[in-house]
Amino acid sequence: MLDYDFMRHAFAAAGIVAVLAGLVGYFLVLRGQAFAGHALSHVGFAGATGAVLLGVSPLAGMLGVTVLGGVLMGALGEKLVQRDIAIGVILTMSLGLGLLFLHFFTAYATAATSLLFGDVLGVDLPTIYALAGLAALTLAVLGFISRPLLFASLNPELAEAKGVNLRALGLVFLGLVGLTTAASAQIVGVLLVFALMVGPAATAQRLTVRIAPGLALAAGLALTEAWSGIALSYFTDWPASFWIASLSGGVYLVSLAI
Amino acid sequence: MIELQNVTVTRGGQTVLREISLSLKGGEFIGVLGPNGAGKTTLFRTILGLQPVSSGNLRVFGEPARRGNPAIGYMPQTHATLPGGNICGFDVLLNAAQGSHFGLPLASAKLRAQVTAALEEVDGADLARRPLAKLSGGQRQRLLLAAALLGTPKLLLLDEPLISLDPAAQAAMIALISRLQKAHDLTVLFAAHDVNPLLGVMDRVLYLSGGNAALGTVNQVITSTSLSRLYGSEIEVIRAGGRIFVLSDRPDEHHACNHA
Repeated sequence: MLDYDFMRHAFAAAGIVAVLAGLVGYFLVLRGQAFAGHALSHVGFAGATGAVLLGVSPLAGMLGVTVLGGVLMGALGEKLVQRDIAIGVILTMSLGLGLLFLHFFTAYATAATSLLFGDVLGVDLPTIYALAGLAALTLAVLGFISRPLLFASLNPELAEAKGVNLRALGLVFLGLVGLTTAASAQIVGVLLVFALMVGPAATAQRLTVRIAPGLALAAGLALTEAWSGIALSYFTDWPASFWIASLSGGVYLVSLAI
Repeated sequence: MIELQNVTVTRGGQTVLREISLSLKGGEFIGVLGPNGAGKTTLFRTILGLQPVSSGNLRVFGEPARRGNPAIGYMPQTHATLPGGNICGFDVLLNAAQGSHFGLPLASAKLRAQVTAALEEVDGADLARRPLAKLSGGQRQRLLLAAALLGTPKLLLLDEPLISLDPAAQAAMIALISRLQKAHDLTVLFAAHDVNPLLGVMDRVLYLSGGNAALGTVNQVITSTSLSRLYGSEIEVIRAGGRIFVLSDRPDEHHACNHA
């Protein structure tokens, strides 16, 4: 299986993204912003298709739009982040806009599928380097803000009284979610970002009440599910994204029963 | 310890506190009473430096109010739904203890000892390993009280610690806070709807209504004359069976102050 370049690339890219998504997702689930993260991936779809139309790389387009979208959501604060209808409207409009961009750029018929559902077997070396850079940057910032972010997530009023800037933290964090979303979409596609960002983190929070083990478990589960998904895809010839999404959902369902 | 001179606070164009002057000494247990929207939370937020003063002068420990003052412990009002329901009490406190600084959430042995000590102060050793979602109202309040005690504050601002507790849990909460106040010589500002549970432990009462404030002993402040002046409408105070009933001719205020 590892004799092939494209398989080695797939494992490397999925490994990087899974660890990143697991860790960022843990905070996302803790803050009750999973749906906001999901919406960002759809905003990213419009960004990626728009970029293709303009002749820019889809990853760059997606990154720009998801980070901008995240920061905007953060700036609007609690008002928007916990309003599922407003988020749903933005999500739908973005998907529609993405469709329009695709319509104008008819030459890329397969581009839509790979954006929506991912194309982990098509990852090339430069993309892996880009993903590694993105992950390093995101995790460095996340590590730096993780203490006040946890404080602000678990006890916002007290954190504010102790001098924590809730708004700035929320803004930076959703920016990081934007980066992570764009990275995850390279592996599982915009529609299935939930599988890497939310599934493992939600499972981890059901299995342990401690934060540090929870973070490790979220990253570990995401990594296991992503790699198992690719391996299963190799042996069955079914899409890797299908396997990753099924494992993510299945493991979560099993954790509910425990 | 806390000095207010002609302090006015406005929020969203509305005057919440109007030209209030008062002085609180160290080591006092003050019951902060008044109907909903009387400005109890706003007063706390002003002392914490979260809410600016529109005019007047506010001194906390002789200095202007500032955010993040470690000498103040704060227990915010609890909401029905808390985020992070699957996180255990110990980790919630650990993050309250170290969350004002940047960095990775890896705690030193010293910090863990601090958290353990704070939990013991509130008889909450059993809360350490349990997730927030599994705690009763009283247990959750004790955890928030432990968070307020971190960093050994001199002043405790407690925003409605009795809310949604049954009478037995209310009595236990008050006994716990009173014990902590005496043991550490704390100044306590205790916001509540109803004066009766606090009658045995309060040194003085601060009554807020309609932007005005009255500070004094229960017998000075909670009288028909004093409260009628404060509310600006007819208020009747009745004492019966060792309890105090505040009756207003306005049904909404009647409801708010007579939670007995």
